[in-house]
Amino acid sequence: MRGPFEFTLALGDDALIAAQRLAEWTTRAPEMEEDVALANIALDQLGAARLLLTYAGELEGAGRDEDALAFLRDDREFRNCLLVELPNGDFAVTMAKLFLLSAYQLPLYTALAGCADERLAAIGAKARKESAYHLDHAALWVKRLGDGTEESHRRMRDAVDQLWPYVAELFAANPAAPVDPATLRADFDATVDAVLAEATLTRPETGWAPAGGRDGVHTEHLSYLLAEMQVLHRAHPGARW
Amino acid sequence: MTTPREAVAAVVDPEIRVVTIDELGILRAVDEDPASGRVVVTITPTYTGCPAMDVIRADIRRALAAAGHPDAEIRTVYRPAWSTDWISDTGRAKLAAAGIAPPAPVRPGNAVPLTLSVRCPRCGSPETEQVSRFGSTACKALWRCRSCSEPFDHLKAL
Repeated sequence: MRGPFEFTLALGDDALIAAQRLAEWTTRAPEMEEDVALANIALDQLGAARLLLTYAGELEGAGRDEDALAFLRDDREFRNCLLVELPNGDFAVTMAKLFLLSAYQLPLYTALAGCADERLAAIGAKARKESAYHLDHAALWVKRLGDGTEESHRRMRDAVDQLWPYVAELFAANPAAPVDPATLRADFDATVDAVLAEATLTRPETGWAPAGGRDGVHTEHLSYLLAEMQVLHRAHPGARW
Repeated sequence: MTTPREAVAAVVDPEIRVVTIDELGILRAVDEDPASGRVVVTITPTYTGCPAMDVIRADIRRALAAAGHPDAEIRTVYRPAWSTDWISDTGRAKLAAAGIAPPAPVRPGNAVPLTLSVRCPRCGSPETEQVSRFGSTACKALWRCRSCSEPFDHLKAL
């Protein structure tokens, strides 16, 4: 992740892959309200992805639009963090993942809203409002499950433990980017600590910290996700509804 | 003779068909390009992923074509970001009349305003509760009235 193009592409890919994962819950969520909620959040992520990928295509200047970037790249060309491509797991894993993602996206979009790049600033100002709502929603579930029954506590604890290693990658320093992700860590930690405390959970120790997503080195899960997401576009180029 | 502004302002929101895009604050400006004479319409989405935007653009084109401006240009802007504070008083009244509780004012500097009480749009009771933080469209949440037992949509303050 180097200059504005790679940075914008990475953010767009985070949002796109998160949207695709969240949409997998449609018709499968544990309750109707949550089905609607996850689909709505997926839609917001997709909206942000479209703006970011469109702009990334313009920055690149090679004539690629949002569709070319979303549907005609292979796994090694994606720049999303590993966190968003991980399988959904159970509901606790999905909510813990959404919580960690939103706790990162909110300060990121907020910082973008004040950055020098006018387009990124506009996208940040818009997306942060939606991100704040996602964070609120996910935090409610982390608290409800963490501070719930013995079983729900166990599941949320396992979910946070399982995902925690993937947090480090989000904040890898990149001084050349419009917003250096390293500067967002304190804000993220404050949010996470406050919510985990209320959820009667402890922040895991940082040890193993897998990375590589920003350089196109992904887990095998991304390839399967892309196969499903891209098959229609690739099988029927230019197809329209 | 309908002016371009009047024609565009009368376009209704495709998802909440009781209010116009002007009353919702989606319509930001209707100008005329002095050089080409083309009508330039500026709109902004309520939510980034709002699936109604394409329909809104098509409806604007149709309205302008009917008013004698078939070659209008439509621009979409994202900043300043749409706020429910831009919904006009007329728009709020129409929402309430259609059974959709209008949003509370957004307090400055607070991205997610805490909704203290949402009045039931049917019976006016403040004894209401949130059923779901999300609803049938990106901009709504689902609530229920404890007095009259009716469920209702609430436009989330943003």
